Amino acid sequence: MQAAAACGAGTTCAKIGLSRGVGVEDDLAQTPEVIVRAARPAAAVPACLLAWLLPGAGHLYLRRTGKGLVLMGAIVSMFVLGVLLDARLQPYLGFDDPLAILRSLAQMAMGVPYFVARALGVDAGQVVSVTHEYGNTFTEVGGLLNILVILDAFDTAMGRKDTGA
Amino acid sequence: MMASHLLNLTIFSAVVSTVFAMLLRPDTRSRVRFGLLAFGGFMAAALVVGWIMYPFPL
Repeated sequence: MQAAAACGAGTTCAKIGLSRGVGVEDDLAQTPEVIVRAARPAAAVPACLLAWLLPGAGHLYLRRTGKGLVLMGAIVSMFVLGVLLDARLQPYLGFDDPLAILRSLAQMAMGVPYFVARALGVDAGQVVSVTHEYGNTFTEVGGLLNILVILDAFDTAMGRKDTGA
Repeated sequence: MMASHLLNLTIFSAVVSTVFAMLLRPDTRSRVRFGLLAFGGFMAAALVVGWIMYPFPL
């Protein structure tokens, strides 16, 4: 009953003990219980889209509330700090510096926060600022981390990674 | 704003460690343990490499 309540409506779930290679009875007595949810393949695409639009939103959609909130707080705060550190968000175009295109794509992986920052006009950055490169690094790594979060949301929806709240 | 290299390094390490811990470990206890280890690893590696690079004028 407790596990079913934790999983929420629309999913099938059960509680099991983690195996550590010892006796089953020892497992049940010593290891933490982990909630295992059934796969929701139909939720994979919307979860990935939401995860791209707002970091952590895909996990919230999949009812991994705690995990989603922590990921959202960490990644969005990293991006905001990067903008405050005078990062350049305007995309690099052309092939004179191909690696710069990849850096711009990494920033775009942040989703809505990236486009909101651009719409607010804080995207030019200040190349003379002492923290300019720090800002670039924060915004780019934030986007790259969000790509990992999107992939994790996909694996979670497909039932390949069904532990953790 | 925030021109301190060490402060930026600390914030960066904390955020990346937190995300890695959330993605790579299934329960709270192992997440905290992994996060602290990753954070310590980031900080220690950066400080050690920084000291090693200190004599080189590059």
